[in-house]
Amino acid sequence: MSDFPLFPEQASTIAWQVDALYGLLLALTLFFIVLVFGLVIVFSLKYRRKSEDEQPEQIHGSIPLELAWTIIPLFMAIGVFTVGADVFFRIERAPADPLEVYVVGKQWMWKAQHESGKREINTLHVPVGQPVRLTLTSEDVLHDFFIPAFRVKKDVIPGRYTTMWFEASKVGEYHLFCAEYCGTQHSYMVGKVYAMEPGDYHDWLLGGPMASESMEESGARQFAQLGCESCHMDNSSGRGPTLVGIYDQTRKLSTGREVVADIDYIRESILHPRAKIVDGYDAIMPVFDGQINEQSLNQIVAYIKSLSESE
Amino acid sequence: MSAVANAVENGHSNGKTYLNETYGIKSWLFTLDHKRIGILYLITLAAFFAAGGVFASLVRIELATPQGDVFEAETYNKLFTMHGVVMIFFFLIPSIPAVLGNFLLPLQLGARDVAFPKLNLISYYLYTAGGVVALTAIIAGGVDTGWTFYTPYSTTYSNSFVALALIGVFINGFSSILTGVNFIVTIHKMRAPGLTWFRLPLFIWAQYATSLIQVLGTPVIAITILLVVFERLFQIGIFNPTLGGDPVLMQHLFWFYSHPAVYIMILPGFGVISEVIACFSRRRIFGYSFVAFSSLAIAILGFLVWGHHMFVAGQSTYAGMVFSFLTFLVAVPSAIKIFNWAFTLYKGSVLLDSPMLYVLGFIGLFTIGGLTGLFLATLGLDVHMHDTYFVVAHFHYVMVGGMVMAFLAGVHFWWPKMTGKMYSETAARVGVFLIFSGFNLTFLPQFVLGYMGMPRRYHTYPEEWQALNVMSTAGASVLGIGFTLTIIYLLWSAIGGKRAEANPFQAKGLEWENAGSPPIAHNFVDIPIVVEEAYAYGKKHDEAQIESPEPAKEEEVV
Amino acid sequence: MSDAAHSLGRAHHFETAEQQYESATLGMWAFIVQEILFFGGLFGAYVVYRNLYIDAFSAASHQLDISLGAFNTGILIGSSLTMALAVRCAQKGEKNTIIGWLVATIILGFGFLGVKYVEYSHKWHDNLVPGSSFVWEKPGYLDVAGGQVKIFFSLYFVMTGMHALHMVIGVGIMLWLIAKIRRNEINEHYFTPIEISGLYWHFVDIVWIFLFPLLYLIGRHT
Repeated sequence: MSDFPLFPEQASTIAWQVDALYGLLLALTLFFIVLVFGLVIVFSLKYRRKSEDEQPEQIHGSIPLELAWTIIPLFMAIGVFTVGADVFFRIERAPADPLEVYVVGKQWMWKAQHESGKREINTLHVPVGQPVRLTLTSEDVLHDFFIPAFRVKKDVIPGRYTTMWFEASKVGEYHLFCAEYCGTQHSYMVGKVYAMEPGDYHDWLLGGPMASESMEESGARQFAQLGCESCHMDNSSGRGPTLVGIYDQTRKLSTGREVVADIDYIRESILHPRAKIVDGYDAIMPVFDGQINEQSLNQIVAYIKSLSESE
Repeated sequence: MSAVANAVENGHSNGKTYLNETYGIKSWLFTLDHKRIGILYLITLAAFFAAGGVFASLVRIELATPQGDVFEAETYNKLFTMHGVVMIFFFLIPSIPAVLGNFLLPLQLGARDVAFPKLNLISYYLYTAGGVVALTAIIAGGVDTGWTFYTPYSTTYSNSFVALALIGVFINGFSSILTGVNFIVTIHKMRAPGLTWFRLPLFIWAQYATSLIQVLGTPVIAITILLVVFERLFQIGIFNPTLGGDPVLMQHLFWFYSHPAVYIMILPGFGVISEVIACFSRRRIFGYSFVAFSSLAIAILGFLVWGHHMFVAGQSTYAGMVFSFLTFLVAVPSAIKIFNWAFTLYKGSVLLDSPMLYVLGFIGLFTIGGLTGLFLATLGLDVHMHDTYFVVAHFHYVMVGGMVMAFLAGVHFWWPKMTGKMYSETAARVGVFLIFSGFNLTFLPQFVLGYMGMPRRYHTYPEEWQALNVMSTAGASVLGIGFTLTIIYLLWSAIGGKRAEANPFQAKGLEWENAGSPPIAHNFVDIPIVVEEAYAYGKKHDEAQIESPEPAKEEEVV
Repeated sequence: MSDAAHSLGRAHHFETAEQQYESATLGMWAFIVQEILFFGGLFGAYVVYRNLYIDAFSAASHQLDISLGAFNTGILIGSSLTMALAVRCAQKGEKNTIIGWLVATIILGFGFLGVKYVEYSHKWHDNLVPGSSFVWEKPGYLDVAGGQVKIFFSLYFVMTGMHALHMVIGVGIMLWLIAKIRRNEINEHYFTPIEISGLYWHFVDIVWIFLFPLLYLIGRHT
């Protein structure tokens, strides 16, 4: 049977739940197939025309039957929906304090950077038993980061971030696919996900050709190099608002609107600073659109996020 | 109760039918006769179907091996794109409405033609013009965006003939819209005396619901196409993220039409099923008004579920929940139909000739296709299954196992009406068998492949999936043979087959009882007056022992 | 079809003139519903982007000439009036008056298109037509992203352009109607084409009634 599997390995904590949903729907499908095929086959054979001018009884319908086959499927549908929505909610909501990895998709490769600074291309190393959150963006067209063994995927969109999370539960090597058509080499935009024992993962982070600084350190370095810290100081005395403690807080804009300072807001404020100006400040920030690549942006975002982390 | 008031007239006093009333290519190309227009559509449609089928065969040949060794990646991408574009826009969407709808609507309504015959001819030419433009794009080098042409790949990155192909689709869209307008007015205004709404054949109800979707949905894809073309040609920036545009907005606009579009494809098929089952069981459709209203329910609900194509596209979790819930709701009317059809067979007089075999095949395959749609509607599952071969298998089950089988059922059922000839029943049964078995062999393995994680639109795949892919390719060959055989024996019968009787299946309905096979150019000598319900088979009404399978109150549907 | 009372213009596949009239009217309404959905997609895109980029849209909207837009609105409403009067005269069968009102409608239609031409050429000179020549450097509006402003203008040109195209088609229809009246194919017994063309023209007017406030008026304010 292992030569002819029907579903991939269950390598994440959510995988068995997704497979259970699959099993539920398979059972339902089988039930209705047997019912419908059964009715149709039995009726067509039992009531086969016996003579050319046979005139069968005319039956207009049956309200009880109509009610039955409307209400019962309706309740089954609502039931399946509820279970499915519940699993979905869990797939969408990352637990607190996940390990953060930043992934950039571009035609036709995946570039990932871990918080420690370690980078990889077309592979993703993760520890088992710990939630991992991927922050994804694209440099060009739509892509999709798909790990069948973990039962997760998310579209990767240019111009904004999407996120996904998983917790690997089984050490192993798993397929990684791009699952949104992205051009000529779409089928080749594949890779491998390595789920490792936590110890092995830490060894991997420290070993091999590695970045000399963590993502936050790279971000801090660029924050200084690009001149950000000359206006965005640790306190509110600068010409720009301080960025300490702002992540995921509500910000009031000069137009009166309020927005949450999530990662999309941070990104937009770097690339198109004049789109949203914080109340009380002037529109003097230089535009960095086209001047910072996605990976650097990720590092700066990671740094700014770290300014909101409690010690 | 008495039968329809007028006698059957099999040919005018001069023996001419619509086929030979006038001669010459101009009399066909400039015809205003809805029946001839239906035949014109049939021929053009068959050509597009063949082209789409060739693209599919090439795709399957490539996928028989895990490596991308038959075609270059770019060529392969063009092949699956063009398979989708041709099949969806130039075959599935027009199919039943353009061929059977055009041919039958006036006949079933007791009218001499549709409300706007000239508009009807214009619709046909818009279809062919759009097709010619799209074909030009294909011959010039092809399109490689996928039939869904998501931005920014289609607007900024693709090196293929995107704008040209989309203009072809745009032009074709107007054919769909105008046909919808024509049919809505025809059904409202051209019914024969006595033909009230609840005496209408269910094919008409289905066609009406379809026309509503055509009129309301198609303009939105038209404007989406226009914006994508402008963006591609003039870089206007509306879907381009580097200019602040939103690629996900394009997906919303695209699917707002493209989801209802699938109901444009299947609803007419439902109509055909009702007609054929009624005739081949010699029974009224069980639960007539439920079947009629379910078509309208599907048309309306179908507009509310487009976001189920975008569960992982970056739309909010809550939007996903709403769309998923509504998608489960829209499954219920289809289930109602399946059960009503099954019970039409109960205590009927069932004849298992080829149109009926197609119908039974439809019921089985559509049930599978529809239920696998529920897998995809289930949020927690769709995250895993989105953009995998599971989706490909699902939609082929509903579109080919469903729609194409319904189309074939209808073409076979009304073949004697349209051509005056009868096809070989033996050849037809072989065709059904080949198509049904070939189809299942092609697409059943794809469900497994999808759950294993094989993504769509892939040119190469991991070696461990080759066995399933080879099965699928083998099935495709059988399917191809089945379709080819069908076209051959149908053509053969049209050219040299034996003459059909006026009503070879002893069917009820104005098109069978009041018009010849084939009909005269003006359909009827005198407009019939309708006094009975649809599918009034069997014993006289007052003599019948009307009963329902359960001890419950009688339901009169008149 | 031996129908002695074959009224002028009745097509042979209809049983009565009333059936033909009702069919034509219902057909035009169904077509108009479709047009609403067509423009609806554009309105939807506009609403979404305006919500996202309020400042940019406001700045962009300020570049439109509100007095020209208002003038055009007046012209178009006037042309709906002349069209309605043409239909009224058709009911009374005064051939030359009908043609007179139709000509007035056409003139007003051309007036509208002329003003649009002026507006479009102003935009062209200001480098505000989306495409490679688009440049956004308006003093006082440096705090808005050019790309977002470009989206406003893209929507502006597509929406008003589609509207103008529908007007051109409408003018064409009117010329065709005039030809039919002169050939006496339309008279007081059969003037359905004028009525349904009137419906179409009023619809085109109504689209503008929505476009003008959305693009010229409310867009100005944040």
